[in-house]
Amino acid sequence: MNIPYRPLALGLVALAFSAVVLQRAQAGGDDYFPPVVDPLVKEECGSCHIAFAPSMLPARSWQRMMGNLKDHFGDDASLDADTAARISSYLVTNAADTGGKRYSSKLLRGLAPNRAPLRITELPKWVSEHREVPAWEWKHKDVRTKANCVACHADAERGFYED
Amino acid sequence: MCRKLAIPLCIVATILSTSLFAGPREDLLTQYATAAKTETPTFSGFSAARGKTLHTHKFAGGKPDTPACTACHGENPRGAGRTLTGKDIEAVAASVTPKRYTDPAKVEKWFKRNCKEVLGRECTVLEKGDWLSYMLSQ
Ligand code: HEC
Ligand code: HEC
Ligand code: HEC
Repeated sequence: MNIPYRPLALGLVALAFSAVVLQRAQAGGDDYFPPVVDPLVKEECGSCHIAFAPSMLPARSWQRMMGNLKDHFGDDASLDADTAARISSYLVTNAADTGGKRYSSKLLRGLAPNRAPLRITELPKWVSEHREVPAWEWKHKDVRTKANCVACHADAERGFYED
Repeated sequence: MCRKLAIPLCIVATILSTSLFAGPREDLLTQYATAAKTETPTFSGFSAARGKTLHTHKFAGGKPDTPACTACHGENPRGAGRTLTGKDIEAVAASVTPKRYTDPAKVEKWFKRNCKEVLGRECTVLEKGDWLSYMLSQ
């Protein structure tokens, strides 16, 4: 493969593919998870993947994650202590069981209070919402990983997951 | 001059001496050049051609998913890239994305992360200067 990123071709493939997935996702409710607005968090936590909404994980999960950025799912996402503390405080304040509570009561359903998962994609409710997504879709080259929310939820960065 | 001064002082001195007539990118390259001279006395300047090789070479020491810089930044520096988690990356060529390489802390942060990812170690100052020269030439 000489030119891995041919935007046009990729766009067309993505379009064709999302048509398939969208049909299924559209059946969902009106879940809204306010996107990150803090520019520092957007910059530092939104370059490798979308800046995940703080209301998608409980405060204890964010604390655990921010405690080890050096090994962040195998990547080095480390930051200087001051920046990390500011980001941590934003995430914890707007977490699923603190400031973001009214958006996320459903998403935390089934999560034991003593568990602090690092992945949204491991929450019992997330898993059950996605149980009908077939294996080939996860492996599709425009998806590759469950963490690639935008591949199926085009408006994920604006906080909408119903489509 | 820099041999005699402590390194932080030296960097400050370099910035002061060049910032009057150069932008932050040139300052950064000058800083890298100064450090390269200290690292290798035979250093005779950065090479965009070596930078290009570094950008496209497939290394074995890093992560299997990201053997080369091109895995995320694409083969063509003037085109957009994409991370493995599906996030678009603006082109790394300075001519296409003019705000690039103007924040030295950002440049250093990503060199550190991405070199570890691809080469399994941090890049040398020579590699950083070569790569940056390539991108500034694009
Ligand atoms: C392969 C495609 C795909 C990916 C990738 C994906 N989803 Fe989904 N998502 C779906 C489908 C399909 C549904 C099911 C909609 C339904 O059943 O109505 C869904 C449902 C949801 C819902 C429930 C929406 C509702 O209205 O009830 C949420 C929240 C959600 N996804 C969040 C995420 C997040 C966060 C990510 C990334 C971490 C993600 N999804 C990644 C396909 C995907
Ligand atoms: C250097 C790149 C990088 C940076 C910077 C980064 N991440 Fe990640 N993040 C990753 C990778 C890689 C994964 C794993 C993705 C996968 O499973 O495919 C990940 C996964 C995640 C997940 C779990 C997604 C899931 O599966 O539910 C969360 C939450 C997350 N990151 C939050 C953050 C936060 C908060 C920050 C800022 C402090 C951050 N990330 C910065 C690379 C990064
Ligand atoms: C895993 C994906 C990935 C790989 C592989 C990768 N990069 Fe990056 N790189 C990124 C992301 C994400 C950013 C930050 C987003 C941005 O600047 O648009 C970035 C930014 C950078 C920057 C900072 C640019 C600026 O504007 O200051 C430099 C320098 C850089 N990369 C160099 C490299 C080099 C050299 C290699 C190969 C040794 C490499 N990258 C490989 C993902 C990657």
